[in-house]
Amino acid sequence: MSKTRKRKTSKKWERVDGRKPDELRPIHIESGVLPNADGSAYIEMGRNKIMAGVYGPREMHPKRLSKPNQGVLRCRYHMAPFSVDPRRSPAPSRRDMEISMVMRDALEPALFLERYPRSVIDVFVEIIQADGGTRCASINAAAVALADAGIPMKDLVAACAAGKYENNLILDLGDYEDKKGQSDMPLAYMPKFDKVTLLQMEGIMTQAETDEAIKMAVEGCKKIYEIQKETLKKKYGMVQGEAAAAEETPEEEPESPEEPTEEDKPAEEEEQ
Amino acid sequence: MSNNIVSKLKRKKIEEVIKTGKRMDGRELLQYRDWQIKTGFLEKSEGSAEVRLGKTHVVVGVKAGIGTPFEDSPDEGVMMVNAEFTPIAHPTWEPGPPPDEAIELARVVDRGLRAAEVLSMEELGLVSGEKVQMVFVDLYILNYDGNLIDACSAGALAALNTAEIPDLKVSKGEITQTDKKKKLKLRAHPIAATVVKIGDEFIVDATVDEEEIMDGRITVTLDENGNVNAMQKMGAIGFSVDEIKKCINIASEKAAEIRAKVMAVTNG
Repeated sequence: MSKTRKRKTSKKWERVDGRKPDELRPIHIESGVLPNADGSAYIEMGRNKIMAGVYGPREMHPKRLSKPNQGVLRCRYHMAPFSVDPRRSPAPSRRDMEISMVMRDALEPALFLERYPRSVIDVFVEIIQADGGTRCASINAAAVALADAGIPMKDLVAACAAGKYENNLILDLGDYEDKKGQSDMPLAYMPKFDKVTLLQMEGIMTQAETDEAIKMAVEGCKKIYEIQKETLKKKYGMVQGEAAAAEETPEEEPESPEEPTEEDKPAEEEEQ
Repeated sequence: MSNNIVSKLKRKKIEEVIKTGKRMDGRELLQYRDWQIKTGFLEKSEGSAEVRLGKTHVVVGVKAGIGTPFEDSPDEGVMMVNAEFTPIAHPTWEPGPPPDEAIELARVVDRGLRAAEVLSMEELGLVSGEKVQMVFVDLYILNYDGNLIDACSAGALAALNTAEIPDLKVSKGEITQTDKKKKLKLRAHPIAATVVKIGDEFIVDATVDEEEIMDGRITVTLDENGNVNAMQKMGAIGFSVDEIKKCINIASEKAAEIRAKVMAVTNG
């Protein structure tokens, strides 16, 4: 590794996977991956492999859980039995229930629930493989899935953890760093409003380190936010192009029947 | 949080009063209700504490037992924290499986204790991979008037700090009971303090009415050296980074005050 980096890497210390202290794991997000769901997203964040699906707004069952003046956001975080070592029971654990709660609190500020009285928006997250930081990766996928479902949002929600490992502050803890580290602090953030919507922490950090870790996690979230936006643009860029082409075509036809541009072709084919 | 018409009116009133720098019960914004902490009042538990914080009333029982260790830590004892929302504590609480709030309460208190490494888990190991001492911390809510996390966190620390568990002898994989008891050695004394946001104001030690209408809250658990051991943000709002810092500062000051009260009772 070259040592000419201007960023201060703390001496010769290296992370287990060779990342810089403030470097995220590789992230790949895809949207619209579940045909049955209203919106969906698949995320790979390091070796985390997570599927998020959104159903709704739809009628709430059971009805008594609905609210007369606003919609309800319901989250379910669930791990596949084979997602971790050793195998875990598929029954929801106390941990799963808590994560479901904090995920809801993290995502709800981004929604206009007052628009959906008596309804529910269900967010289901299935952890196919866990590699540390699953709750953050789940929030990243869920936010994209909500947008993919066409649900109006104030902003996307991006999440990642910061923590302390071998006395160094690091970003986006992997499984090993999470388990052997000194502290772990998952955080979710809405960049447009500069608001933190998920904050948890476990471990031992001074107050100054805590402040620093929060800053670090917020910066990480901003990077993830860009990836989320790119994911959505990639999918809707195509749809938008088609829609624009379809709108232009009927207007142009009566006046000057020009040759269809390349963009028009796929749109016309789709309509027939 | 809840959205019926009564709580909207309630919210308006509580917010109005809070804007004047006072609370409905006359307290300052950053003032706790009176703490009453009593320990060692149960004979059949290894440790116990009763905490009254205003009208909030919780009992914490510590029981020790022998069990099997987790696969990934064959030599370490096991500590478990569980919260029980009893139906006598509030008119809307019903018997049945624990609600999400009870799970969160137990896990937030647990996380504070665990992260601060309060108990030396290795000392609770008996026979590697087979038998370890278990420490169960049960948070029992008898009357609910808000701020359960702080009350239970203080109660758990008080109960653990005064607990005496059986001093077991181990020879050749055989465990024998002795008449002797030994104090649980605590390596740190973490305390949770919860800061509640209502409108633009921050308050501590919210009552049930204030909790019902709050926007959100942040619980920060700190040890006696001022280190942060655990944090938990709750409620469907976002906090700015500066607001979080403010909450940590408030919690840091309040946790020290609460710890002094707990230690005064338990170090007698």
